[in-house]
Amino acid sequence: MIELDNIAYSYGGGELLSEVSLKLAPGSFHFLTGPSGSGKTTFLKLCYGALTPTAGQVKLFGKDVREMDRDDHAFTRRQIGVVHQDCQFLDHLPLRENVSLPLTVSARDSLEQHSNLKELLTWVGLGHRANALPPELSGGERQRAALARAVIMSPDVVLADEPTGNVDWEMSQRLLQLLVELNKMGKTILIATHDLNLIRSAKHHVQARVLRISGRKLQLAGADL
Amino acid sequence: MSQRRKLSSLFVGDAQADRVVPPTGYTARLTLFASGAMAFLTVFALALSLASGRLAARWGDELAQSSTLRISAPAEQMDAQTEAALSVLESTPGIASARALSDAEQRGLLAPWFGPDLPIDSLPIPQLIEIVETETGYDADGLRLRLQAEVPAAVLDDHTRWRRPLERAAARLRLLGWVSIGLIGAATAAMITLAANAALAANAQVVSVLRLIGAQDQYIAMAFVRRFTLRAFTGALAGTVLGAAAIFLLPSAQQDGGFLTGLGFEGLGWAALVLIPILAAVVAYFATGAAARKTLSELT
Repeated sequence: MIELDNIAYSYGGGELLSEVSLKLAPGSFHFLTGPSGSGKTTFLKLCYGALTPTAGQVKLFGKDVREMDRDDHAFTRRQIGVVHQDCQFLDHLPLRENVSLPLTVSARDSLEQHSNLKELLTWVGLGHRANALPPELSGGERQRAALARAVIMSPDVVLADEPTGNVDWEMSQRLLQLLVELNKMGKTILIATHDLNLIRSAKHHVQARVLRISGRKLQLAGADL
Repeated sequence: MSQRRKLSSLFVGDAQADRVVPPTGYTARLTLFASGAMAFLTVFALALSLASGRLAARWGDELAQSSTLRISAPAEQMDAQTEAALSVLESTPGIASARALSDAEQRGLLAPWFGPDLPIDSLPIPQLIEIVETETGYDADGLRLRLQAEVPAAVLDDHTRWRRPLERAAARLRLLGWVSIGLIGAATAAMITLAANAALAANAQVVSVLRLIGAQDQYIAMAFVRRFTLRAFTGALAGTVLGAAAIFLLPSAQQDGGFLTGLGFEGLGWAALVLIPILAAVVAYFATGAAARKTLSELT
């Protein structure tokens, strides 16, 4: 699915990641943690092909990212749902159109998909906000909308970068619950977060593997979590 | 995406895809204004070109078929020289007819300079003979030699000397018109490219979101291309209508008005105006496409 084999990534003359290997198995749940600036976002970008490693190999669904052309990257992004902390939307479109954008761009904008959209918005608790414009949404609503948009194409993998960074504890639990539900549907989840409390609370709901970036290397976190 | 599909999506459109680019912004107004102003100027450049072409053709057609024989002889020999000249002309192959202008006609020719009351009888004015050629024309050098021998006071003017510079000037004017149209097209392309680049920069977030969710470059480019093509078409249509109205309202061509009042369209020339908005749209289509592809290829 997503395989990183002994990769390194350098930026601005300095090495950010080194000797990193990871294989995301289908249906697995991973947390990625580490201090700010340790390279969590870079790691996620490498996982969905937004960045190319300076050394080593990244394979997405069996294909080396270096051999993928721009269209291949676009198709891969439809199979990997991504949620960013600063979730961006098209501010002039209502929420329902923003969430259904992946369907629009992939020409899968059918009636059936539209009925799925209603269910999806209800699932993330935004059924009543379908016609709201993104600037009218709260931080938590934006995060849930971003999650809905990330999963509307029914991707195999969901990558979330600090999805609870801008929300209160109650909302972060709600978001975590949604991600756990997705995992129970068979989706592979990778969440980058510096919020250790979120990771601890997740352990009650899902069997998660916790990875930590430390000193440019990726390590399996110990029992201290 | 095939070229055919791209073109069909351009005209048919995609209501949902069209909405991904925000509808307003200064680039929209800039594109509308630039294409409108350029279309307005194109109408005049086209009118200049077509009018020059007509003028050249008219000069060519009218003057190529006629010549003038001028007889400058003492008054007592004038009639005899005129008779002799007419006799030579009548027997010259390639001349359809030849006739001596009457005093009234000669007075009419001089009237613009000396007024209508010129006492033409008291002035030593040469006698003019108007020659109309057949379609095959005559041998001007041969006729000159015969006239030199038989009517030494006659000077043949076959208009070549001054017709050719006029025809050349008209052809240059027409070329100038087409060069102007070319420059206007290039300037339109440059302005639309700038506007498209500005729109792409202003909509960086739109591009970023679309790429994140798996939109292909072609989809993103077409969203902008469609928008700019339609804007350029609309602006050029308005500019063309205004330009055509301005041309239509120009004073109609009169004999005294000369070239300026002849500036305009005749017959199928009006149909050429239809091409202006279409060409503006084509220019916008390729200019925006190139700008969008360049910008997107620079993104990771």
